[in-house]
Amino acid sequence: MEDNAIISLDHVSKFFTVRSGILGGKKVAQVIGNLSLSIKKGEVLCLVGESGCGKTTTGKLIVGLVKPTSGRILFEGQDIWNMDRETFKTYRRSVQIIHQDPYSSLNPMHRVYNILSAPLFRHKIVRTKSEAEKKVSELLEKVDLTPPEDFIYKYPHQLSGGQRQRVVIARSLTLDPKFIVADEAVSMLDVSIRLSIIEILRRLKSEVNVTFLFITHDLAMAKYFGWEGRIAVMYLGRIVEIGPTPRIIDNPLHPYTKALLMAIPEADPEVTRNKKVMELRSLDIPNLLNLPPGCTFNPRCPFWIEGVCERKEPSLIEVEKDHYVSCHLFD
Amino acid sequence: MDNRILSIENLSIEYSNIRGKVKAVRNVRLDLYKGESLAVIGESGSGKTTLGTAIIRLLPSSGYIKEGKIIYRGNEKEYNIAQFNESELRQFRWKEIAMVFQSALNSFNPVLKIWDQVLDTAKAHGLNNKSIVREKAMDLLRFVQLDPERVINSYPHELSGGMRQRVLIALSLILEPKILILDEPTTALDILTQRNIIELLRIIKKDMGLSMIFISHDLSLAAELADRVATMYAGAIVELGSVNDIFYHPRHPYTLGLIKAVPTVSSSFRELYSIPGSPPDLINLTPGCKFYPRCEYRTKGCEEAEPTLVEITPGHFVACLREGDIADGR
Amino acid sequence: MNWKHLLKSIFIEPLILISRDRAGLIGFIILLSILLMSFIGPYFIKLDTIVKLDQIYQFPSRAHILGTDNQGRDIFSQIVNGGKDVIVVAFLAGLISTLIAVSLGALSAYAGGFTDTVIMFITEIILTIPQFPLLAVLSAFIRLTNPTMLALIIGFLGWPALARAIRAQVLSIRERDYIEAARVLDLGRWHIIFSEILPNMLSYIVISLIMAMTGAVYSQVGLIILGLVPFYGHNWGLMIQLAWTRGAIFYKGSIFYILSPIIAIALFQWSAVTFTRSLEGIFNPRLRIGE
Repeated sequence: MEDNAIISLDHVSKFFTVRSGILGGKKVAQVIGNLSLSIKKGEVLCLVGESGCGKTTTGKLIVGLVKPTSGRILFEGQDIWNMDRETFKTYRRSVQIIHQDPYSSLNPMHRVYNILSAPLFRHKIVRTKSEAEKKVSELLEKVDLTPPEDFIYKYPHQLSGGQRQRVVIARSLTLDPKFIVADEAVSMLDVSIRLSIIEILRRLKSEVNVTFLFITHDLAMAKYFGWEGRIAVMYLGRIVEIGPTPRIIDNPLHPYTKALLMAIPEADPEVTRNKKVMELRSLDIPNLLNLPPGCTFNPRCPFWIEGVCERKEPSLIEVEKDHYVSCHLFD
Repeated sequence: MDNRILSIENLSIEYSNIRGKVKAVRNVRLDLYKGESLAVIGESGSGKTTLGTAIIRLLPSSGYIKEGKIIYRGNEKEYNIAQFNESELRQFRWKEIAMVFQSALNSFNPVLKIWDQVLDTAKAHGLNNKSIVREKAMDLLRFVQLDPERVINSYPHELSGGMRQRVLIALSLILEPKILILDEPTTALDILTQRNIIELLRIIKKDMGLSMIFISHDLSLAAELADRVATMYAGAIVELGSVNDIFYHPRHPYTLGLIKAVPTVSSSFRELYSIPGSPPDLINLTPGCKFYPRCEYRTKGCEEAEPTLVEITPGHFVACLREGDIADGR
Repeated sequence: MNWKHLLKSIFIEPLILISRDRAGLIGFIILLSILLMSFIGPYFIKLDTIVKLDQIYQFPSRAHILGTDNQGRDIFSQIVNGGKDVIVVAFLAGLISTLIAVSLGALSAYAGGFTDTVIMFITEIILTIPQFPLLAVLSAFIRLTNPTMLALIIGFLGWPALARAIRAQVLSIRERDYIEAARVLDLGRWHIIFSEILPNMLSYIVISLIMAMTGAVYSQVGLIILGLVPFYGHNWGLMIQLAWTRGAIFYKGSIFYILSPIIAIALFQWSAVTFTRSLEGIFNPRLRIGE
């Protein structure tokens, strides 16, 4: 574990038990398998993968909403599930989450003022209504909802998707967090306003040095937001490749990463119609209840080495500086 | 001979709402040529989905066609879909024009097997012979690269999102329609699954000679599959042209804004630009150009009258007073 | 949550919102009329207690709108004065049931685990006991002279059914993103239950309250008719009991004596339940006008 890591995952696994069939035999879905990760203070780490890869669960583990089945989640070196009350409170205030759906992440019965002032009052950051109004207005200005008076007493349903998402960001800032998990923060917004939200996040990073875990299935957005950071590619609960963003984009090593990059449709007809698509060996996406043995990608991998890939699970190996890949091709 | 299989003429569609009338589609004029793929691109409130569902007359109960015609040219005759009655619509839907809806994943009845739903659909549109339906269904499922035996006897929840989307596409083709409308066919799908669907649609386009309309907010879908692209804003078409025109020579500030707002993986790193503001209120529309409040090219004349589509180069239409100034703005 | 503001808007906007649903409006009007009649009416129409043996079982006339009973007393005055006790006991019982059900149901759903198991176990035990026979048996042991006592007992037996429904609702709301956000912001368990979750269930809770109240009316009236509740004061249930035991169903003229309280109770129940249709409009900020 690195010393200036603000969040670390130490061999974390998460299983869910699922009742299967009428007679209720229990099966185990391994959502995250033996994941280790270190996130440095102030960096942007993009967690990229398709549905079922475990990226949302990773976000929830980091934020403490979900407890790992095994392994530890460390905040500033300490195991969050073994902290004393005071330290846990500090951790809670420091690590926040931004959800994907602006239509379900705000309480429809509360006005913007209530939504933003509740944590302020609860954690005694303000004590009177006028103090709260002042702080709430400041927060609204930070997310470009100006003038604040126009928004402070509105209900969520009176705001557009982009405006709601800004309120969600403002809410995550109420406790001055050091670390924010953005789980598909812009995926449900119109394309033309996604950037304005990304800009707010960028400003937060440069002004307050907030560390970001940017979870997304959109590699292009990950490339844009995380250009100066790292990308980690997840597949079926494991990190298959991790490294500096420019390297991952220009020199993808893992076959899955390559497949993803080749598969992304681009908003440029010449480029996209001439893209060579990687043929995968199988169209089937493995079931989490029935993971393939060895490397989980082996049934689909066109570079599969018979006798090796389905026997042994590969581990992360550093191939170039800071660029790790988990694949037998690099053993 | 008229090469246009579908012609939308001065179509206006409204929704009734407590606060007033929502003018979702305003005076749209659009043609679909035989065998072409046309992409209609727009964001929330653009009217694209309303336009699509209006073509097969499946607007929700609060929506209605205020005026205009939807001309379909088939079987050597011309029909105005906007004036069909219920029985004419039943004969016409699925046989002449079929639609694959948005959120395909929720289009299935969870308690019925796929076969039951296929049969129901076929019967509802006049194809009653079980064995013919079965044969066609199996062929189509094979065509969309699914294992027919496995899929036909499954329940929807047993299939993945990508598989369900393929079933819906297969189902839409069962009566051999001439036009296929797809509303957000790849949204909510994973990257690899998206790619498979795009490749499938490409094959359908090539092998079946269908005329297709893609409705999406995703520019890259248009870049992949479209011959021509129309961009919609606030219920009107603001630009229409070939796919090269739109992507390499955009002339409307909104189209330009959309292109500049989308990050790409392949090209080198470049700064992106978002379009400030949000779409207008479709109940109380201001006069003049509807994009005016958000436009960085706006001038005085823009607020007075709404610009109409003007042909600037053959086949390339733009509704903007300043299109001449918007040279290759990329 | 700003309770003051909520209360203000309950009194200012409601009529417009209630009238959105026509049936709900009718229910509201009838309910309001019955409440006014039962609580304010008695000040104007005094209970007729004078026995007039020459006027028994008279048909409705201008002097006696609903006729007279088996002792010549005016039925209409009895109806006007007979609602208060029934409604007050029913409301109290409904309130007790609902308060217990909401607290336990919400706690059970939110806390989960062992707490959930224990609370649901208790709930299910009480639920499997047939309520009315239990009430009947209890009334033999506890002297139900005090209306508050009656309300308490009915209330304490009525909460389990509601608790399960509340728990189910809370379980579904608990998974929503804004509740997750509240947990990550460390807003505290009770704040989340009362300030974040329950306000989203307000119409559901009020409807539960009304249903509990109507159930309590039936329980109450049932006990009274069976003679298990000693006489106190005067109420609709008592009217039915007296009419029944005095053989009102055998006389032609006595039909008003027995039907009037039955219709009064049925009308009250019906209007209360129909009124709930308007409630969604009041409690859902999205359906409000003009904001």
